[in-house]
Amino acid sequence: MAVMTYIEAVTLALKEEMLRDKDVFILGEDVGHKGGVFRATDGLFKEFGEQRVMDSPLSESAIAGVGIGAAMYGKRPVAEMQFADFIMPAVNQIISEAAKIRYRSNNDWQCPITIRAPYGGGVHGALYHSQSVEAIFANQPGLKIVMPSSPYDVKGLLKASIRDNDPVLFFEHKRAYRLLKEDVPEEDYVIPIGEAAIKREGDDVTVITYGLCVHMALQAAETLEKEGIQAHVLDLRTVYPLDQEAIIEAAKKTGKVLLITEDNKEGSIISEVAAIIGEHCLFDLDAPIQRLAGPDVPSMPYAQPMEKFFLINEDDVERAIRDLAEY
Amino acid sequence: MAVENITMPQLGESVTEGTINSWLVKVGDHVEKYEPIADIMTDKVTAEVPSSFSGTISELLAEEGDTIAVGDVMCKIEVEQMEQVEATDDEINEEPPLLTTNRNDDDTSMKKRYSPAVLRLAQEHAIDLTIISGSGRGGRITRKDVERFIERGHTGEVNQEAVTEQTPSPVYERMAHDIEIPVKGVRKVIADHIVKSKTEIPHAWMTVEVDVTNLVNYRNKIKQSFKKNEGFNISYFSFFINAVTQALKEYPQLNSTWAGDKIIQRKDINISIAVAKEEELFVPVIKQADEKNIKAIARSVNDLATRARTGQLTNEDMQDGTFTVNNTGTFGSISSMGIINHPQGAILQVESIVKRPVVINNMIAIRDMVNLSLSLDHRILDGLVCGRFMARVKEILEQTSEETANVY
Repeated sequence: MAVMTYIEAVTLALKEEMLRDKDVFILGEDVGHKGGVFRATDGLFKEFGEQRVMDSPLSESAIAGVGIGAAMYGKRPVAEMQFADFIMPAVNQIISEAAKIRYRSNNDWQCPITIRAPYGGGVHGALYHSQSVEAIFANQPGLKIVMPSSPYDVKGLLKASIRDNDPVLFFEHKRAYRLLKEDVPEEDYVIPIGEAAIKREGDDVTVITYGLCVHMALQAAETLEKEGIQAHVLDLRTVYPLDQEAIIEAAKKTGKVLLITEDNKEGSIISEVAAIIGEHCLFDLDAPIQRLAGPDVPSMPYAQPMEKFFLINEDDVERAIRDLAEY
Repeated sequence: MAVENITMPQLGESVTEGTINSWLVKVGDHVEKYEPIADIMTDKVTAEVPSSFSGTISELLAEEGDTIAVGDVMCKIEVEQMEQVEATDDEINEEPPLLTTNRNDDDTSMKKRYSPAVLRLAQEHAIDLTIISGSGRGGRITRKDVERFIERGHTGEVNQEAVTEQTPSPVYERMAHDIEIPVKGVRKVIADHIVKSKTEIPHAWMTVEVDVTNLVNYRNKIKQSFKKNEGFNISYFSFFINAVTQALKEYPQLNSTWAGDKIIQRKDINISIAVAKEEELFVPVIKQADEKNIKAIARSVNDLATRARTGQLTNEDMQDGTFTVNNTGTFGSISSMGIINHPQGAILQVESIVKRPVVINNMIAIRDMVNLSLSLDHRILDGLVCGRFMARVKEILEQTSEETANVY
């Protein structure tokens, strides 16, 4: 075991999978010589060479298209979008081709591609470097969307994504890259896609969230424990398709549910989670389902006070949990 | 002169902390605004941190080599004149005190707003919500309040206000040396339950006289050895429960509940027994009594009574009773009219066993006699079926003797 940052876990998972399977290769902007703008592919070019760590032109559509084609021919590409915000030119390839090829070909073809992209704000990145884009893809059957909340989960889930025979979007919170550190086992392990995880047991308020917000929820829970409020925290880990069983069970546990996302509120992942709870848990609910999310504003502003206004933070989470506990 | 803080700047996306490579100033140095004060190293870049103010460095808050989170204070600086200080985050984020603790104890606006979870629990456990006090906002009864109430065996904190609201106590003139005992907790629950039963169920009564001489002889004979072998007493009461259970199997009409538009006949025979403990009365249940022999019944009675007296009964122990057998004989009673344990259909009182002269074959004999008194819900049951049931109980008991019975 070694203490590792979130981004070191990304690099380690990539490296281990490339050693394990020669069909795994990486492509993206600046992933080779430079080792990625965040250093996610640091050292891999040197170790595996230009055939397996490919610098691409500045064309996300091409990165996705080449990756999807290679995947359909039996390779296991890991394509990097430099920022999740830049994925837009590749949406057609991802939704119309990657997500649908298995269905369209009656199971003759498959597309085992993993597309990694750093998402999220709070880094003073403004419009093009702060967006959360998961909701755009979260009603496309055929796609899977994984958003890990910790270095341990990053390694297990990225490996599972690369080994998965269908396209997986793997969103990494860029602020988590160097903020979150924990023990990550050196041995090989895989965390199944599609399974949520209980990150903290409690019986007063259920918090369901994903990505970096899990970290905020856990910190707020720790503070609130001193006030006698016990939060139950469920980390979705895979945001599409959702682990309905785990969501229902967690919601029933306390009957008071707080859903959190950094994304804009309307039409977000947690809106779907709320719908699932609404459908299945009426007679266990003790309070209205609450959503804590970003405002319905077109983009993360650059100015610091404005950015702070947009972003939810630990205080917001703490306040929302306390509010439900007292309800 | 004012002291300002210089904080660790954000040096690139994804960077959350920086390490001080070297300080370029020391305490007492004068710096101009934008003049570099330290070399910082992060995962991504090495950079100089400029001073945000002109002034004199008054304190360095970190050593070289220390790692500081973005936004945390690195050093303090005394500024010479009142600059047009740029508003710091702290000032902008100063919010009015949170309003989350606006709990006004007098506010009861939410008292009768029940959530689906609360209503479901109340229904499942037959709880009158008006007697529970709510800990939620505006006096709301939360799911946890109800769960706690159930956990404590329906004896949680009782909402005194609601109680008095519901049943305005009659005013009696106080006399000297009176003692007033407030009605609450278990006493209150018992009272509510009894009132419900007595006012809702039209009771009727019958009593039969049973000759249990042979049973008494048999029990006295095995009493010592049983206690020695099993470690607990073989009581008369267990024989009576056994006889009632057998008869209920044959007359399931008595093992039923009035449900308004229908009568529910229960398949399981779960016998409630009353256990008194000074101020309290518990009615734990022997589940599936028809599947138990006399020894097993004796063990259950012993176990439930012990736990009732030591306050260890769980809610589970008191649930699902279908018929009650009450041992009034323990107090020396020879005749009583029991109140049915709502929502059951009947209750049978076992009175004292007493020696009495009895005429048998035109001769007078001294026999051990006992009265069994049945209270029945006349909506469900009539004299005929109850008469047959009582005759059957009598028959089973009178046939119980050393030759015919076996406690094992």
